[in-house]
Amino acid sequence: MNRRDAIGRVALLMGGAVIGAEFFLSGCRPNGASNVEDLFKQENADFLNEVAETILPTTAGSPGAKAAQVGQFMAVMVRDCYTPADQKTFIGGISKLNDASQKKYNAKFMDITPAQRTELLIAADAEQKEYYKQLYKKLAPEEAKHKGDISYVEPDLPNHYFKMMKEITLLGFFTSQVGATKALRYVETPGHFDGCVPYKKGDKAWADA
Amino acid sequence: MSANTYDAIVIGSGISGGWAAKELAEKGLKTLMLERGRNIEHIKDYVNATKDPWQFEHRGGRTQEMIKDYPVLKRDYPLNETNLDYWVNEKESPYVETKRFDWFRGYHVGGRSLMWGRQSYRWADFNFEENAKDGIGVDWPIRYKDLESWYGYVEKFAGISGNKDGLSVLPDGDFMPPMEMNVVEKDVSKRFKDFYKEARSFVIGRTANITVPHYARTNCQYRNKCWLGCPFGAYFSTQSSTLPAAMATGNLKVRPWSIVTKILYDKDTKKAKGVEVLDAETNQTYEFFAKIVFVNASTFNSAWILMNSATDIWPDGLGSSSGELGHNVMDHHLGVGASGIVEGFDDKYYFGRRANGIYIPRYRNMGGDKRDYLRGFGYQGSGSREGWSRDIAELGVGGAFKDSITEPGKWTMGIGGFGETLPYHENKITLDKTVKDKWGLPVLAFDAEIKENEKKMRLDMENDAKEMLEAAGVKNVKTHSANPFLGRGIHEMGTARMGRDPKTSVLNEWNQVWDAKNVFVTDGACMTSAACQNPSLTYMALTARAADHAVSELKKGNI
Repeated sequence: MNRRDAIGRVALLMGGAVIGAEFFLSGCRPNGASNVEDLFKQENADFLNEVAETILPTTAGSPGAKAAQVGQFMAVMVRDCYTPADQKTFIGGISKLNDASQKKYNAKFMDITPAQRTELLIAADAEQKEYYKQLYKKLAPEEAKHKGDISYVEPDLPNHYFKMMKEITLLGFFTSQVGATKALRYVETPGHFDGCVPYKKGDKAWADA
Repeated sequence: MSANTYDAIVIGSGISGGWAAKELAEKGLKTLMLERGRNIEHIKDYVNATKDPWQFEHRGGRTQEMIKDYPVLKRDYPLNETNLDYWVNEKESPYVETKRFDWFRGYHVGGRSLMWGRQSYRWADFNFEENAKDGIGVDWPIRYKDLESWYGYVEKFAGISGNKDGLSVLPDGDFMPPMEMNVVEKDVSKRFKDFYKEARSFVIGRTANITVPHYARTNCQYRNKCWLGCPFGAYFSTQSSTLPAAMATGNLKVRPWSIVTKILYDKDTKKAKGVEVLDAETNQTYEFFAKIVFVNASTFNSAWILMNSATDIWPDGLGSSSGELGHNVMDHHLGVGASGIVEGFDDKYYFGRRANGIYIPRYRNMGGDKRDYLRGFGYQGSGSREGWSRDIAELGVGGAFKDSITEPGKWTMGIGGFGETLPYHENKITLDKTVKDKWGLPVLAFDAEIKENEKKMRLDMENDAKEMLEAAGVKNVKTHSANPFLGRGIHEMGTARMGRDPKTSVLNEWNQVWDAKNVFVTDGACMTSAACQNPSLTYMALTARAADHAVSELKKGNI
């Protein structure tokens, strides 16, 4: 069933109303993006929100990343701040997560349970950590060779998609209004400085301003 | 007096230009301050100063478009979304790098006084003596005693907070109450003192952030957003401090969009009679006349103006008769330091964002210490608790991970060195007439680099940082050393140095151009050596002193 057919069929089912068809479809058709603008489509924003929410879920202490609409923020950052190579890697990451989900749970990422998503992303996180470990190991001899060489410019390294997803999830959440004021403590104008205040486990960190 | 005639012209509106304008206007001179860029009005034009982080589309980061538009600024932290408009448009104002030079500029009223780091340290007497002692460059024509009262004068007006530490290497000033070290910095400071006794010091930074109300300015509110412009006027800038004082006299006129293309030199009187201005908006040319001219266009642009002036007499420009104009480019080399973790303070935290840190003044090549290089370095640093971007071992996804990073992490303590660069004649800037800026004006070409002395020093900067932190109880100390390129210290100095002899220097002991005594250069261009202290306070003192001399000479009819 191609995309146009799918929308047509849904429209038919819903009595001709096409509005909402894309949203309706997001659960049953594979998420995926072929370019940066695709990231702004509702199904991908939803997907990225769920990835972010899995990394930083709602807990007893504070709302999660979805409450801060981190998925939308990710799309903006990937569009405006990433190099074309990183954009490609990031976009490819959506399919990679879906493929991994399909393989492990025989269902797309959006259709698996929160517990399964967590399990999947823990594996993706371990994979990216290992990826960089190996990459740095490989680069070490070259770096050592250039130690003290002021003209040496470190090469641009190909990034791992999940490191990028995690990085902008954290940035997007903790600098959002929800993250800064509910998950952290945000004081716009402290007014004074105290170099020693008591701290007890569980007290939240100060948000950046 | 015709509309284009003043008693004094000040070229530039940054830290030193603001001081020149204030001093001259307060002494009764009708003064014109020329600024090449746009106007920025105090508070009103600090458009991002009261925004919350989530009000920035990219949360302060850099876009690919910014990276493309700012090929120099992107090399370090200044390229960011929050104060992008304070940095020069690099497409309009290019320069040539025969050798890499990171030139971070601000072309607007206030100049880099709006974005500066605010650390404010006096020089000690030995800083003025070392060139002569080492046989490097030329001797400073002044000593600490010539500047001491002027340091006090500018500190009292600018508002410098600091502690009277009683150190000969870093003379005390007329300070406002110091900012406070946090609990870990206090602990490290104590261990440091126990270990090094009097040989080395670890003190609270001295900063141009006021800690008590001062004139119409509100004391620091600990927001740490200084470089956006302070809505409280809590740090020293042209806008918060010197400009309102100068305007209050009724003697100052500020003209933005005014690129000074040359100083008009009268070969009969051997003095400047004024300046030529290219209006940056209309491209029209104007002449303005005055009895004295203060050149405060920022180090290299001050040299650029001199290079373009009186070329019918001296092909290489006004002040070039010594052969030193454009030479002896200096900066502080940095990017070297260490950091580690401090244990035992998990039940302690701090409140407020202190826009200041700690300072370790120079200790190398003094007090009996002798290294295989000349001069030395100081460190700036701070202690703090890690935030949400830290790595958590074994946790990377999920509720437990999130809850752990919403709490502060380990205490860390880090320091970074600021090293003195020697004045090398061959480190120079020249005019490149084949490359033009937006206004068709020739641009500067940079040919400067650190040399063996600085490279040896950097090894000490790295190793000492580790050794000192470990001696003070810091654990898991890791060092870093990178990017030894000149310019990124944003402490440009030299190119029109002061000296005792017109044959080897551009300026005399009062910052007067030897070849035109009514032209004063009092920004970083005048520096004969660089020391390792942050230089702006010294520019302020030199400027106030030179302005006082200028007015006194004017009254005597000497200029």
